[in-house]
Amino acid sequence: MQNDGKRVELLRQMLLSRHFDEKVNDLYAEGKVHGTAHFYVGQESVAVGAIAALKEGDVITSTHRGHGHAIAFGLDVDRMAAELLGQATGYCHGKGGSMHIADVGAGMLGANGIVGGSMGIACGAAWAFKRRGQDNAAICFFGEGATNEGIFHETLNMAAIWKLPVVFLCENNQYGMSMSVKKATAIENISDRASAYGMPGVTVAGSTLDEVYNATREALERARAGEGPTLMEAITYRYLGHSKSDANLYRTREEIATWRKQDPIQRFATVLEGEGVLERDEWRKLDEETRLRIEEAFEKASREPDPQPESALEDVYA
Amino acid sequence: MPEREITYREAVREAMVGAMRENDEVFLMGEDVGVYGGAFGVSRGMIEEFGEERVVDTPISEAGYVGLCTGAALMGMRPIAEIQFSDFMTHCMDQLVNQAAKIRYMFGGEGRVPMVVRTPGGAGTGAAAQHSQSLEAWFVHTPGLKVVMPSTPYDAKGLLLSAIDDPNTVIFYEHKLLYNKKGTVPEEPYRVPLGEANVSRIGDDVTIVTAGLMHHYVLEAAEALADAGVEAEVVDLRTLSPMDDAAVRRSIEKTGKLVVVEEDVKTAGWGAEVVSRIVEGESFYSLDRAPARVAGADVPIPYNRDLEAHVRPTPEKVVEAVRNLVDARKGVYA
Ligand SMILES: Cc1ncc(C[n+]2csc(CCOP(=O)(O)OP(=O)(O)O)c2C)c(N)n1
Ligand SMILES: [Mg+2]
Repeated sequence: MQNDGKRVELLRQMLLSRHFDEKVNDLYAEGKVHGTAHFYVGQESVAVGAIAALKEGDVITSTHRGHGHAIAFGLDVDRMAAELLGQATGYCHGKGGSMHIADVGAGMLGANGIVGGSMGIACGAAWAFKRRGQDNAAICFFGEGATNEGIFHETLNMAAIWKLPVVFLCENNQYGMSMSVKKATAIENISDRASAYGMPGVTVAGSTLDEVYNATREALERARAGEGPTLMEAITYRYLGHSKSDANLYRTREEIATWRKQDPIQRFATVLEGEGVLERDEWRKLDEETRLRIEEAFEKASREPDPQPESALEDVYA
Repeated sequence: MPEREITYREAVREAMVGAMRENDEVFLMGEDVGVYGGAFGVSRGMIEEFGEERVVDTPISEAGYVGLCTGAALMGMRPIAEIQFSDFMTHCMDQLVNQAAKIRYMFGGEGRVPMVVRTPGGAGTGAAAQHSQSLEAWFVHTPGLKVVMPSTPYDAKGLLLSAIDDPNTVIFYEHKLLYNKKGTVPEEPYRVPLGEANVSRIGDDVTIVTAGLMHHYVLEAAEALADAGVEAEVVDLRTLSPMDDAAVRRSIEKTGKLVVVEEDVKTAGWGAEVVSRIVEGESFYSLDRAPARVAGADVPIPYNRDLEAHVRPTPEKVVEAVRNLVDARKGVYA
């Protein structure tokens, strides 16, 4: 369990993440950003809860739905906003956009446009920690849809046989685009697959931040102790469409409304109020403060310089 | 009867629907092809007509379902697999290159794999490095596969029907920026033969060879060139493999000048194959200028709109390349 200040900070990160994605969603609707983006709204407690259990030097790999992971990892929303607007000051100098935000030096090994694309990379980071005798670990975030790609099976097996310090964190948000997890797999829980590779599998309520935090902390302890990987499944839900273009034909309004009722941010705010960490409704101030912070980030980003056209030809090789 | 105009997207769908009505053994399989209608809406409405047994939503398992389609094709069925973005063809590469493309040959001419893999390629959408590539040359480089890249709704429908009929595996390249493009398309089924280029514009001064979306850029460039007194002949290959080099040869025998315009990266792109086929044969002597290529820069596709435009071919770049070539003095390379 974290101290009070840290707990308020976790709530603040979730709010930042939510406002960031809601802002980006609006910008797309207004046609002010091009390309595409995937929104993390509804899943914030997973990234924030899991990443809170990391320590200095640990790394994460992320997905196409990566803004929330980046914010929880401590990336600067100004540079993230600049990247979305394609500016020279963005994390990828305008070359990457939403799906490729990364800060390799800090240990955020990248969002990824390829489903399952980061699973090998996370194992590689874990391999490096192990070989170098470092007491660090990697969290590999991926959606439940990715568990049907070959690389999921290949990497879980390797991580298990080599006891790599990696936590495979599956965010089961019930859908891979339009495909419901019920139709895409014939098992009850994604975590059931862990036994096939000889590692523990746990399923937690993803909308309860503390559950995610505790389970991740345990998995990380195991990883650091040289006992190998864990497959963690966080049950969660994405409120918005798969990406900016989605008519939501594959699910009902009622279903979305039901999930919205167990909102992870609301929940955690209530927990903090119960603990006396926050006064009643004090979180609303935080809500407004983070909303303004995101407005400011995009406002600032819009005034940043464009990259030089010739820079498009640079960075192919190191 | 007035000519009917439909979009490229609708033309592709019409070909699939037509083939599925004709032949119960044709089915469509891919990620989100059902109620979602496919990532680009190409199969919208199809599951309502054919049901989920023939319009099949798959898990995110490209290697698995392209392999499955390969097997079903080997059994004589006529699968159409959809890959959401052509970048993800990497995931089913083994099934395509080591299995589908090889089966007939390595089994000594026994068995065949009449499968179609449809996928949208190309850039211009701001989707960055992993959702914008043009990797079609990889498949042109693989004997046993055919590669089709239609540029118009008419060709999309006619070529797709031919691809479904074809006893071989056909990689069918669509383009995201073409889906909304309209054109005249007859309602009844018709076939455009695979392996036949289309000379879409007649001209005496220069031959421009192209395919897919680039065909439209080339036609735009050709109009600008005509205003400047240069008449371009435009050859839309339509099929990249087998490649109709005879059509290119006929044209350069008249014009003496060859420019290839392709969207993929220049190095080892299919445009290099077009040029090679011309310069290594007798038609080399028909050329009175060194050939030129306009292609994507040898870099991944960047996100920023201006950076993206900087690395892609444009009608302006085509005009410039043609003018440089025409202006060069014969026998002098400048
Ligand atoms: C290899 C590959 N196949 C397909 C896609 C297209 N695609 C992008 S996200 C997505 C769904 C992913 O589902 P899931 O892993 O559950 O993550 P979620 O979107 O739910 O966060 C699909 C099919 C892709 N990007 N990469
Ligand atoms: Mg999912």
